[in-house]
Amino acid sequence: MTGFLFLLPSLAGVVVFILLPFADVVRRSFTSVLGAFVGLANYRTVFSNSAFLRAAWNTLRFTAVCIPLLLLLSLAAAVCLQRLPKAGKVLKSAYLVPMAIPVASVVLLWKLVFLRGGILNGLLAWAGKAPTDWMNTDGAFFVLVFSYLWKNLGYDVILWLAGLAGISPEIYEAARVDGAGEWRIFASITMPNLLPSLYTIAVLSFLNSFKAFREAYLVAGDYPHESIYLLQHLFNNWFRDLALDKMAAAAVVTAAVILALVLVLQRAWERE
Amino acid sequence: MKKKILLIPLGALALLCCFPILFLCTGMLMDKGELKECLGPVLQGTEGYVSWRLVPRFPTLQNVVELLLDSPEFFVMFWNSVRMTAGILAGQLLVGVPAAWGLARYRFRGRKLLYTLYIILMMMPFQVRMLSDYLVLDRLHILDSHLGIILPAAFSTFPVFIMYRFFGGIPEAVIESARLDGANALQIFGYIGVPLGAGGIVSAMVLGFLEYWNLIEQPLTFLKDKTLWPLSLYLPNIGLERAGTAFASSAAALLPAVFVFLLGQDYLEQGIAAAAVKE
Repeated sequence: MTGFLFLLPSLAGVVVFILLPFADVVRRSFTSVLGAFVGLANYRTVFSNSAFLRAAWNTLRFTAVCIPLLLLLSLAAAVCLQRLPKAGKVLKSAYLVPMAIPVASVVLLWKLVFLRGGILNGLLAWAGKAPTDWMNTDGAFFVLVFSYLWKNLGYDVILWLAGLAGISPEIYEAARVDGAGEWRIFASITMPNLLPSLYTIAVLSFLNSFKAFREAYLVAGDYPHESIYLLQHLFNNWFRDLALDKMAAAAVVTAAVILALVLVLQRAWERE
Repeated sequence: MKKKILLIPLGALALLCCFPILFLCTGMLMDKGELKECLGPVLQGTEGYVSWRLVPRFPTLQNVVELLLDSPEFFVMFWNSVRMTAGILAGQLLVGVPAAWGLARYRFRGRKLLYTLYIILMMMPFQVRMLSDYLVLDRLHILDSHLGIILPAAFSTFPVFIMYRFFGGIPEAVIESARLDGANALQIFGYIGVPLGAGGIVSAMVLGFLEYWNLIEQPLTFLKDKTLWPLSLYLPNIGLERAGTAFASSAAALLPAVFVFLLGQDYLEQGIAAAAVKE
């Protein structure tokens, strides 16, 4: 009972600010803006809405490209860092620096690098390649991928290092005594032991990928190139048009997808 | 020797990560003429490309002085950011620390279910919460105010999760011995839980600061009055034609975050890793 009392203030806030209003959102997803019950009509509208499909597809594509890239890059960095105890500490800090740089500060740099007359095109021209208008072509997508990788590398490296630290050194010792090579050790010991961490890290990376909207919005505004038109842009536009019925249905769908993912994560945690 | 070779790609990656700080500092110290010359291709659309130097030709504090003396709106936005971040973190301390303690150290009915609920809620991105936040803020008449940004964030379940992990690591024997000495629940929480779980509390605050100093979506949606906006929304609106001010204010926004990062780096790492290690 005492434990529950400690929790109570927080729980009361969660109920008032999150649960009750979300219940209202679920109710609204089945009604029109004026309040009449419309069954699944809002869901049908959302799923046949071309802007929603585009935004959902872009969000999915962004995730499908970013997450494997980030996981591989950060795993490679973490495995290397573990071998360099001295330099590793400094490098690890360096990788975390982007977390501390506010998006708003870095936007200025992104603009100067990726605009038509920007630094990147300058480098391309210098190397004899044709310049691209990065923010107004499909290149915008790669700018967003790059900025996500840049921002989240350190976060994932720390997570991998935590996973690596959990593998007991004796197993490695034993394998080395048996004459196993570095790659063999990685494939037969490191990888299998990191599998539970993989779930956790993948889900956390997925959730951080929603924050990529910040960069997309600050660099390209409300109406960016269509390749980086994300779900959050669509929600903002619907909010401006007061299309609360569509927002409600789309919020419920997004919540359901994320709920499913979180339950997968929980199972992974419990298996550990 | 083989290991040394690894340092080249790893070091290059590290430089890429830290480069923006150097870039912003250089831009801040350049005088107007040099900025104009470097950024010409973007500003006036002249031929060629933006060029850059690692060190300004004539380092000057002109941009900083101008920002401090001639941009009163900068101070308003800076103060807005400070107010919102401080309010949110204070709220999270007030309700989050006891909640984490209760979840981590007591067994009561429904505990497991509530813990799962907290994890699910901390994972929900803003687009899921956008409409529900709007509905509740509208009902409470705190739309278009800092309170409307602070309150929903203060009840975020993410810091509870981080602190839960740290409180859970305190050995039961310590608490048991305090109980035998006659300490009541509040005394155990205040004199044992909080000091021994301080690492977790600081971790949650460092992660929280970096998150809320960056607040974009919530103020953009709920604050119509632009004088209430945080620095993070104001900065991108400074056009490139005022490049000097843009650099100086970007660097100024960076400063508190880097300060917190340098002081709290170990806690930051522990806070991130808390999600990866098993209970």
